[in-house]
Amino acid sequence: MILLAARNPIIRWSYLVEQSDRIQGAIVEHLQLTLLPVTIGFVLSAVLAAIGLRYRWTVGPITLFAAFLYTIPSVAFFAVLRTTALGTSIFTVLIPLTGFTILILVTNILDGFRAVPAAVREAADAMGMTPARRVITVEVPVAVPYMINGLRIATVTIVGLVAVAGIVGRGGLGNLILEGLRRQFWTPLTIGASLSILLAITLDLAYYLLGRWLTPWSRTRRA
Amino acid sequence: MDGDVDRPAIRFEGVTKRFPGTTGDAVSDLDLDIERGTIVALIGPSGCGKTTTLKMINRLLEPTKGRIEVEGADVGTQEPVQLRRGIGYVIQQVGLFPHRTIGANIATVPRSLGWDKAHIEDRVAELAEVVGIETQMLSRYPDELSGGQQQRVGVARALAADPPVLLMDEPFGAVDPIVRGRLQDELLDLQQRLHKTIVLVTHDLDEAIKVGDRVALLNVGGVLEQYATPDELLRAPANRFVERFVGEDRSMRRLALATVGDLPFEPGPVVDASADVATGLAVIDEHRSDWLGLVDDERFLGWIPREELAPGASLRELERFLPAAQVEPASTLRSALEVIMNSRTSVAVINDDGRFRGTVTLERIRAGLAGDLGGPTEHAA
Repeated sequence: MILLAARNPIIRWSYLVEQSDRIQGAIVEHLQLTLLPVTIGFVLSAVLAAIGLRYRWTVGPITLFAAFLYTIPSVAFFAVLRTTALGTSIFTVLIPLTGFTILILVTNILDGFRAVPAAVREAADAMGMTPARRVITVEVPVAVPYMINGLRIATVTIVGLVAVAGIVGRGGLGNLILEGLRRQFWTPLTIGASLSILLAITLDLAYYLLGRWLTPWSRTRRA
Repeated sequence: MDGDVDRPAIRFEGVTKRFPGTTGDAVSDLDLDIERGTIVALIGPSGCGKTTTLKMINRLLEPTKGRIEVEGADVGTQEPVQLRRGIGYVIQQVGLFPHRTIGANIATVPRSLGWDKAHIEDRVAELAEVVGIETQMLSRYPDELSGGQQQRVGVARALAADPPVLLMDEPFGAVDPIVRGRLQDELLDLQQRLHKTIVLVTHDLDEAIKVGDRVALLNVGGVLEQYATPDELLRAPANRFVERFVGEDRSMRRLALATVGDLPFEPGPVVDASADVATGLAVIDEHRSDWLGLVDDERFLGWIPREELAPGASLRELERFLPAAQVEPASTLRSALEVIMNSRTSVAVINDDGRFRGTVTLERIRAGLAGDLGGPTEHAA
C-alpha cells in the first residue's frame, strides 16, 4: 500500500487508454444527465411562465415553489429518492436535477417577456397582429437572449450537480471522482473533475454560439 | 373604403370613455368630424384624453359610449385585426421590432395581408425612398439607426399597405428640436403627395399649428374646447381656457404661421414708370409716404425720394434706390416684419420670382392680423 501511495501521481496517463471505454461512457452519461433535465426543465418552465404571464397572481406562488425546490440540498434529495420505489433508476437523478433548473429558467423566461418594450407590443397590436401571432413572431424572439442566458446558467449548474449524483451510482463523471476518493487513487478523480469542467465550458460556449446565431440583431447594437 | 366624398373620413358621435376604477371621464361626449385628406392635431394638457381619443379610432381602446366611424363604417362592428391593418399607426417610441431588419419592419402589414414577395419588395423599396431611408439601410436592424431614422422607418411601416387613415401619437416627441422640425416638414411634404387623413396627437402647440389643417383643443376630462383652423384658434379663442392655452403671444404665433401671400394685394405708393411726376406726388401723398416706387412691366425698378420729385421731370430719369427690403409671397409675416424694421423706406416689396406683387408695411400686417388669415393648407395649394 505504501508503495502504491508513493506511486499515486495526480494523473497516470496509461489509465486514460486502459479505461477509455469507461471514461467515454461516463462522458455520455454526464451529458445525458445534464441535457435531459435542462430540456424537461425548460418545457416545464415555459408552461409555468406562460401561466404566470397569463394570470399574474400566479407568478408569486410559482417563483416560491421553484425557489423551494432550489433550496433542497442535492445530496439529500438524491438520498431520499434512493430509498423510495425509484431506487437507483434514472428518475432518482432526473427529478431533483430537473427541479433545480426550474427557478433559473422560469425567472429568465419571465424576464425575457418583460423585456419586450411596451411600445413594441403596442405597435404589433396596432399593425393588426393577432395576439398569438404577436407572441410567436415578436415577443418570443425578443425574449430569446434571456432564455439562452437562463439555459446557460442552468446547464453549467447541472453539469456540476450531476457529479453529486455519483452517490447513488448514476453520476457520469461523478462516478469516477467518487471512485478516486474511495480508493485514494487520484487519477480517476483528476480525470472526472477535469472532464466535468471541460464539459461545462464546452456547453457554455455552445450556448453562446447558439445565441449569436439565433439573435443576429442583438450583435449589431450601436450603444 | 372609398366612401362618398361628402362624408368625413372619421366621425366621433357622442363618444365617452371612462376607465374602470376611475371617477371622471377620460373623454366625454365627443363629437368630431375629420375631413378626408386633412391633418387634424389633437392637443391639450395632460389628462385631456387626446391619446385615448386616438386609440379608440383603431380600437386599441373601446369607447364606453358613442360611436366612431372610419370611412363611413362603424369601427365597433369591425374585426379589430382587420380594421387595424387598414389604419396606419405611428407612436413616439416608434416600437420597431428589434429582431427584424428595417425592410422586414416596413413589410409587417403587407406580409399579414398576404401580398406576394415581389410586390412586398417593390413596396418596401418605394417607401424607403418616400421617407428618405437609403436602400442599404433596409438590411440593417433598428438599433443601428438614429432616432430620426427610426421614426422615418416607423412612418414607412405605417404607410406600407397604403391605408387612407394615419394615426400618429406624439410621433416627433422623442427626437431633438432640429430633427423634429425636419420630420414635420417631411410629413407636410409627404401629405402634399399622399393626401391621407391624419390624426396627430401632440402636446406641442407650435407643432399643432404647423402641421394641423385643423386643431382640436381638449381640456382635462376629454372636453372639446375648440375645433378650428390654427389661425382661427389664435385669432379668436373660443373661451378663457383656449386663450390661456394658446398664450399671450398668440399674435406672434400667427405672424409665424401666416405668409405675405395671405395678405390681400396692395400696391402701395407705387406707380408705373410711364406716369408723370404729378401723378407720382398724388400717390405718395395718398399713402403718406416719403418714397415713390416705380414699376415697369411687373418689374420693380426702385424707390425715388420725395425731394427728388421736381415738377416737369420724367420719372424714368430720376435717380432711384433699389430696395433692400424685399420679401417673397411665401415669406412668413414674421420675417416680413423683420425686413421692414431694417428698411429705410418702412415698406417691403413683394418680389415673386422677379415680378412685382405689391408691398407690405407694418400697418398692413397689423390690419392682416385683425382679419382672417389663411392657414398652411391655403398657401400650400
